[in-house]
Amino acid sequence: MKRTLENIESQFETFQVLNEEGEIVNEELMPELSDDELKELMTRMVYTRILDQRSIALNRQGRLGFYAPTAGQEASQLGTQFALEKEDFILPAYRDVPQLIWHGLPLYQAFLFSRGHYHGNQMPEGVNALSPQIIIGAQYTQAAGVAMGMKKRGKKSVAITYTGDGGTSQGDFYEGINFAGAYKAPAIFVVQNNRFAISVPVEKQTAAQTLAQKAVAAGIEGIQVDGMDVLAVYAATKDARERAVNGEGPTLIETLTYRYGPHTMAGDDPTRYRTEDLDSEWEKKDPIVRFRKFLENKGLWSEEQENEVIEKAKEEIKAAIKKADGQPKQKVSELIENMYEVLPAHLEEQLEEYKAKESK
Amino acid sequence: MAQMTMIQAITDALRTELKNDENVLVFGEDVGQNGGVFRATEGLQQEFGEDRVFDTPLAESGIAGIAVGLATQGFRPVPEIQFFGFIYEAMDAVNGQMARLRYRTGNTMNAPITIRSPFGGGVHTPELHADSLEGLIAQQPGMKVVIPSNPYDAKGLLISSIRDNDPVVYLEHMKLYRSFREEVPEEAYTIELGKANVKREGTDVTLVAYGAMVQASMKAAEELEKEGIQAEVIDLRTVMPLDIETIIKSVEKTNRVVVVQEAQRQAGMAAQIVTEIQERAILHLEAPVLRVAAPDTVYAFTQAEEVWLPNYNDIIEKVNKVINF
Repeated sequence: MKRTLENIESQFETFQVLNEEGEIVNEELMPELSDDELKELMTRMVYTRILDQRSIALNRQGRLGFYAPTAGQEASQLGTQFALEKEDFILPAYRDVPQLIWHGLPLYQAFLFSRGHYHGNQMPEGVNALSPQIIIGAQYTQAAGVAMGMKKRGKKSVAITYTGDGGTSQGDFYEGINFAGAYKAPAIFVVQNNRFAISVPVEKQTAAQTLAQKAVAAGIEGIQVDGMDVLAVYAATKDARERAVNGEGPTLIETLTYRYGPHTMAGDDPTRYRTEDLDSEWEKKDPIVRFRKFLENKGLWSEEQENEVIEKAKEEIKAAIKKADGQPKQKVSELIENMYEVLPAHLEEQLEEYKAKESK
Repeated sequence: MAQMTMIQAITDALRTELKNDENVLVFGEDVGQNGGVFRATEGLQQEFGEDRVFDTPLAESGIAGIAVGLATQGFRPVPEIQFFGFIYEAMDAVNGQMARLRYRTGNTMNAPITIRSPFGGGVHTPELHADSLEGLIAQQPGMKVVIPSNPYDAKGLLISSIRDNDPVVYLEHMKLYRSFREEVPEEAYTIELGKANVKREGTDVTLVAYGAMVQASMKAAEELEKEGIQAEVIDLRTVMPLDIETIIKSVEKTNRVVVVQEAQRQAGMAAQIVTEIQERAILHLEAPVLRVAAPDTVYAFTQAEEVWLPNYNDIIEKVNKVINF
């Protein structure tokens, strides 16, 4: 009997461009990015790290609500988004707010999403995205549908969606990649493997040695990348996008990454399930540290530039929180009006009832 | 006008809308080349092409999930769930996702999706084919649930469902698919969703029914007439939202009501209807509102359907109770 598991797993070696010292280790796969683009990528990563720090602080002060920390995942989140075009459609999971912001969602609306205000979910005209999905896996089948729709419309664009390592155990994860495969739809499925689904390590999710190999079940391309290496993430996404818009179907990208913070700010304590050794091992892989070294060696980045970004981020966050504070409070009548195009009689009745209460 | 069975009227409605709106997409398990397991989509792929009418992998959650994705791209998806007992596989995509799309995006996106699905007993199907699960969807804000009882309504209601810009679950009772023919106009016409139909006027008791229980109620009404009892029969046609106005108007006239459903007593829509009546017309009631419903067990094994499913005798029995209260 021929056994093939080892064979399959050997097909999914980790793809890397930059090592931890910021050195190019894979010259021929180095993506074509201008100096300005490289600086912009760094700017976004630094900005997003500050956004995470400020969001945690604002959450602790009670000035933000639901928040899923992102520190550590900047390369994975922003490297994928940087490879997209404006017309591409993002279906994020709950941790993927940064991708939305860089795709065009105003910061104050991201804060309103966190607080639980519907205006936070109203994508501005031309921002192609859904708000963060709470049901793990649902964004995957929906992404297959978005991609099918783009293909039917003859658009040269893609649907990109994100889930975590735990999410790969869901039925909708498999159904999503399998539907996209069967219709050769232009979708990019990203699995951000930060090794833990709340407290459960990835080894408890599956016996598979990589998550990228799950693409085999759908008959689609899969690739595992160093998710702390923004150039590798960007290159893999760019390649998947090109293949997708050329009609070659979807790709599953597994990014090996880490979240330095807790799962969410709702009382999760990572010291219960993670060791200090593991944390410090992954801190050495910090995507910002590595990319900073790379840019400094090229003479493209300085402490001064970084401080400018940090100050700008802090100012904009302050202004955005202020703007979010100024957003009118939600009324039940508005919630009712957002239910249907034409309100059924029972909701018309309830609308009148609440409008009367609200006018008192 | 043409004589059509309900299934032909459904096919006709789908053809009408595929022609009328290029955004309409029909898809599901075996709906393409095969024309559907009940022939509801017969000939549609041949006429409109694989881009408009297509088969899917065997995965209900995926089917309903892609419908949401397609809706964001401006399409008007009409997916089929082969039997409504399989809706559990797709419950998140339906109640958790498409029902909420308009609300969660603050009215910037919508899901003009019509899920077609057969259900209903009396045709000896295997397990989880015939279950009446309309109550599960009707409890989800954002959804509408439509259940036609005849070919004419089936066509007009399906066209309205497809044209509706919010999600609709359109349930097709298997026993009614080919049980009788009726005159159905060949052109497009609509029947407003949320509007009931008074099938039979009466003065002594109101029978509120939907699905196959409309026919049973009509038969019961005929029998009751022989005893001198004039029953008014209301076919709800849409069970979410309910046409409370038509029900109350009838109750105010007859002062007695029996609500009839095929679903188990703890399921379906009957309890909601009874509540609305007691909140709005208690002073018009001469007797409590009674329900005809199936026993609160799992849907019957095939050979037990006959003793388990509610029928016109059960309706007559309940009517006599409210008349003699």
